[in-house]
Amino acid sequence: MIPAIFVFLYLAAVLYIGVFAFRKARGGKKAEDYFLASRSLGPFVFLFSLFGTNMTAFAILGSSGHAFSNGIVTFGLMASSSGLVIPLTIFFVGTRVWALGKKHGFMTPVQMFRDRWECRHIGTVIFVVQAVLLVPYIIIGIMGGGTTLNVISGGKVPYWFGGAIVALVVMGYVFFGGMRGTAWVNTFQTILFLTFGVIAIIVIGAGMGGFKSAVNAMLASPALAPLLTRERISPYYFFSYTFIPLSAIAFPHILIFCLTAEKMKHFKKTVIFYPLCILAIWLPCVFLGVMANRVTDVPAIRAKQEARRVLATQGKTMTPEARDELREQSAGDDVIMLLLQRYAPLWLAGLLGAGIMAAVMASDSQILALSTMFTEDVFAFYGHKERFGEAVQVLTGRLFIVLITIFAYVVALRAPETIFELAIQYAFSGFAALSPLLVAAIFWKGSTKWGAFASTAWTASAVIAVALFQHFVPAPAPGPSVVVWSVAGMEVLSRTPGGTAVFGFMPVVPMVLISVLLMWTVSLVTSKPNQTTIAKYF
Amino acid sequence: MKRILLVIAVIALYALHQDFWFWRTAHPLVFGFVPIGLFYQACFSGAASLLMWLLVKNAWPVHLEHEIEQVKSEEEPTP
Repeated sequence: MIPAIFVFLYLAAVLYIGVFAFRKARGGKKAEDYFLASRSLGPFVFLFSLFGTNMTAFAILGSSGHAFSNGIVTFGLMASSSGLVIPLTIFFVGTRVWALGKKHGFMTPVQMFRDRWECRHIGTVIFVVQAVLLVPYIIIGIMGGGTTLNVISGGKVPYWFGGAIVALVVMGYVFFGGMRGTAWVNTFQTILFLTFGVIAIIVIGAGMGGFKSAVNAMLASPALAPLLTRERISPYYFFSYTFIPLSAIAFPHILIFCLTAEKMKHFKKTVIFYPLCILAIWLPCVFLGVMANRVTDVPAIRAKQEARRVLATQGKTMTPEARDELREQSAGDDVIMLLLQRYAPLWLAGLLGAGIMAAVMASDSQILALSTMFTEDVFAFYGHKERFGEAVQVLTGRLFIVLITIFAYVVALRAPETIFELAIQYAFSGFAALSPLLVAAIFWKGSTKWGAFASTAWTASAVIAVALFQHFVPAPAPGPSVVVWSVAGMEVLSRTPGGTAVFGFMPVVPMVLISVLLMWTVSLVTSKPNQTTIAKYF
Repeated sequence: MKRILLVIAVIALYALHQDFWFWRTAHPLVFGFVPIGLFYQACFSGAASLLMWLLVKNAWPVHLEHEIEQVKSEEEPTP
């Protein structure tokens, strides 16, 4: 229970930061102050909060869990590709959106799209798609919080209660502190989980008696040696993953964060240090996730390995439901915490647990972004700001924060998917397919609202199609995928153990490419905004 | 010319992410315990940071900063 006490102290600290930010608010009841911290963040807070907001439960729990099951490939799949693509998009898109926000006062991406393409309801459609895709991200945070508190307390804090506490704390500091509180908490969290990785790897490495013997033992085991290479992963799949980080800049919370910098030069440090921050967090987590396979004296880890073994050897003869159950049992989202419990002294496990909690609670900025979008893109856009005033707009935003948190919590209690699958399958691919909208709005004079609508409608349809496909065609046992549609011997559509493949690629690849194609072709044949509008942007 | 070189650098680094040459082997083990595939991808992250530094140094959108400064000075009342 001692580690759980440390975590509760941490939760109290972040709640206090939120309240402190509330007291430091400069703009009173001004929407720009509450939702964007008056566009005044300095370089240090901007770097750490922007990075922190992009690191969810996923960065520590999901990465080590994925590495536990899939090996070192996890780092190349998700971390190093993100380390290249995300800063590139911040460099090219983030800086330009920041400048447009300063010039024209935009607070959300949809405000910019409405102005750039002279559209009203198409903007509302984009808002709805963005909002629906963002909700799973919020759910991840609550699920991660429930899992973390449950494991850290040795099962004494039930999952539902842990999730509720995390939801309440996040809601509390976002409610009071708005963007300023969220940015400060994110900065504090990022510093915590940057130090987490280094300490965790030293403590667990020492506890395991060094990594050399563990790695050599894994290489000698036919079942575990492939985890130290990428032989089980197709190069097409590996390549597909480089499309996923395109989602980062299209996530409204990231783009809204880009608007908070006081000066454009604050972006410089952010893009340079972003890949190194990812390296510092993901490398230890992935490595420890792989090493967890050599830990033989933790019953919970052995149970996961046994479930994985049964799935691999007997999966083909099982029902889809039985396979799903085994997948749940073999999921490694909690391995890093199990390693800490086994190898770290109690007080240190508590401190490190707080570090994990920091990563888990990154759903704050998504909640705030949804609230900003709702109040700006719906409440204010449809005339309520003029009617009721700015103070009521901020109050509505706060009420929205409460409602969305309750909704996410209820869903988190019922969602059976692992943290990792839920995020990747829907939100990430969807936002990656929406990224052409931003690029077209900023860099292409010829883009039109109908091109934007076609891309958005395609994204929504593709996400629904993938979800339905995976619902009706059960995942096969580990091994070859099930070909659902082939043409002239070429596999067009397959159901893989981990998801869906289109021509061997993850769905995100055709989703992004077709989104680009639609934006281009539909814009070519539809009428452009007038020259005055275009001149504002080019 | 500088701009073309930077574009080539970005494309080259993206291509280098697909390190199929270390696909099926864990050897050599760097420092005796880090599989080469993992070590390569860690170095890739360092290279990405270096590329970002090059972009910031040589392709920073200075014109946007100037535009904002101009807008600010127009908005500020003259004494």
